[in-house]
Amino acid sequence: MDMQEGKLTLAVQRSHSSHAVSRLLAKTIRWRENALGYLFLAPSLVLFTLFLFYPLLKSVYLSFQLTDPRGRVAAYVGLDNYTQLFSSDMFWNSLAVTGLFTLYTVPVGIVLGIVTAALTHIKLPGMRIFQFMFAMPLALSVSTAAVIWMILFHPSLGMLNYILSLLGVSPIQWLTNPSTALLSISMMTIWMQSGFNYIIVLSGLQSISDDMVESAKIDGAGPVRAFMQIVLPLLSPTLFFLAVISIIGAFQSFGQIHLLTKGGPAGSTEVFVYSIYKEAFINYQFGTGSALSLVLFAIILILTLIQFVFVEKKVHYQ
Amino acid sequence: MIGITPFIRRSMVYLLLSLLSIAMLFPFIYTFLQSLMTPEQSSQFPPSFFPKSFYLGSISNVFELIPVGTFIGNSFLISTIIMVGQVFIASMAAYAFVYIRFPGKKYWFSLFLSTMMIPWEVTIIPNYLTVKSWGWLDSYQGLTIPFLASAFGVFLLRQYFLQLPRELFEAAKIDGSGHIRHFLVIVLPLSRPAIASLSVYVFLNSWNMYLWPLLTTNSDKMRTVQIGISMLQFEEFTSWNIVLAGVAVVLLPSLLLLVLGLKQLVRGITAGAVKG
Repeated sequence: MDMQEGKLTLAVQRSHSSHAVSRLLAKTIRWRENALGYLFLAPSLVLFTLFLFYPLLKSVYLSFQLTDPRGRVAAYVGLDNYTQLFSSDMFWNSLAVTGLFTLYTVPVGIVLGIVTAALTHIKLPGMRIFQFMFAMPLALSVSTAAVIWMILFHPSLGMLNYILSLLGVSPIQWLTNPSTALLSISMMTIWMQSGFNYIIVLSGLQSISDDMVESAKIDGAGPVRAFMQIVLPLLSPTLFFLAVISIIGAFQSFGQIHLLTKGGPAGSTEVFVYSIYKEAFINYQFGTGSALSLVLFAIILILTLIQFVFVEKKVHYQ
Repeated sequence: MIGITPFIRRSMVYLLLSLLSIAMLFPFIYTFLQSLMTPEQSSQFPPSFFPKSFYLGSISNVFELIPVGTFIGNSFLISTIIMVGQVFIASMAAYAFVYIRFPGKKYWFSLFLSTMMIPWEVTIIPNYLTVKSWGWLDSYQGLTIPFLASAFGVFLLRQYFLQLPRELFEAAKIDGSGHIRHFLVIVLPLSRPAIASLSVYVFLNSWNMYLWPLLTTNSDKMRTVQIGISMLQFEEFTSWNIVLAGVAVVLLPSLLLLVLGLKQLVRGITAGAVKG
C-alpha cells in the first residue's frame, strides 16, 4: 500500500514538475516569439520614427517658430505663421492653382485611362503592342517628361507651334502666358501620368470575369452598352481608387513646375508644394514653410478619410 | 449584317487605337529622332521630323558635356539600395504581421497603415534639417536611408503572405525549423511574384525621385540622373537636340526595365492595390 502510494505521489510529483517545465518552456517560447516579432518590426519602426513621426512633430513645432536662414529657431511666434499664411495672397493663390490643376488633370486623365484600357482589353490580335505603347509613359520621370515638353513648347522653335502653323493657327505662348501656362503644364502632366492610369484601369478590367460581360452580350447588349452597364459599375472601386490617388498626386506635384515655369508667370502655376519649396528653401522661412506643409497634410488627410468612408460604404453595400 | 459589323467595329477599334497611340508616342518618337540628328539639322527652320542621316554625335556629345555616366551610376546604385533595403525590411515586417504572435499586433499594423497618410512633402523640411545636421548632404546614405521603410510595401507583401498555404508553416514547425528559417527558406522564395512587382515599383519610384535629390545633392559626383538631366538646359550651347539626346540616354534604361517588368507590375497592382 505504502509503496503504491509512494509511487503514486512520485508520479504526481513528476507530472507536476514536468508540467512546470513545459509551462516554463512555453513561456520562454512565447517570450522569444514576442521578441522576434518586435525584432522583425524594428527596422521599419526605427525608420518611421526617424523620418516620419519625428519630422511630423517637428513640423508642428517649427510652424510655431521663426527661424534663421540656417534653420535654427529664433523666436516663438505662436500662431503668427498661420494667421500670416491665411491672410496672404500667396496661400490662397497656390490653393486655387492646385485646385485648378487637379480639375484640369484628373478627370481627363481618368477618362483617357478608361478609353485606352477598354480598347486594348478587347481580344484582338496585336493588342500586346498597344498595351506596351500605352504603358510607355510609366518609364518617364518628371524631369525627362518636363524637358521633352519644354522643347516641344518652345514658342518659336518648338514642334507644337510649328504643327499649329501648318494648320494655320497662330503660335501660342504655351508657358509664358499666364492664361495658358497652367493648361500647358496640365497637358504635359496628363501625358506623363497616362501610363500609370492605363495600368491601373487595365488591371482593374482584368480582374473582372469575362462571364458577366459575355452574358450581357448574349442578352443582346452591344459592346459599348455592355461596357457602360456591366463593366463600368464593376470597375468603379478601381476608378475611385484611381481618382483619390490622382487627386493626392496632383496636390503633391512639384517637379514639372520647378523645371518648366518656376511657379510663374505671375504665380499662375505656383502649386502647393512649390510654395512650400519656395518658402523653405528659397526664402529660408522654415516656420511658414512648415505651416504650409501641415495645411497640405490636413488636405491630404481629409481626402484619404473620404476614401476610407467610401470604401467602408462599398463593403457594407456588398 | 452580322458579317459586316464586326469588321467595321474591328477597324474602328484599330483606327482609334492608332490615333491615340500616335498622340501618346509622339513626344517619345520626337525625342529619339531628334537625338539622332546633327545639331545643324535640328536647329533649322522649318523643323524637320526625320533625321537625314544616322548621327550618333549628339549622343556622344551629352557624355562630354555632363557626366551622364556618373549620374546614371548614382541613380542606379541609389535605386538598387532602396529597392533591396525596402523589400527586405518590408518583408520582415509583413512576416511578423502574418506569422509571428506578439501583443499589440493590431495596434502596430494600424500604426503602419497610418503612415501611408503622411505625404513625404510634409516631412521634407525637418528631414532636410536632420540629414544636414548629420552631415549626410551629398552622400549615398542621405539619399537612401530615409526611404528604406515603406508601409505600402508591408501592406502589399502582407496581403500576399496571407494567401500562402498555412500548411507549409505548420509543416515547417513540426520539422522544428524556426521563424527565421521559415521566413528565408519558405516564405520569401514563394513570394517571388509579389516581391518582383514591389521591386519594380520601388526601383522606378527611386529612379524618378526629384525633390529630395534636388535638395540634398550639390556636387556633380552625387547628382542623380533626374537632376543631372535638367542641368543640360543650362549648358552653354545652342542646339536643343543635345538636351533631347540626354533625355533619350536617360529614358532607355527605364524603358528596358518596363519591357522586362510590365507584366509583374500589372499583376502586382491587380493583386495588391486594387483588390486589397
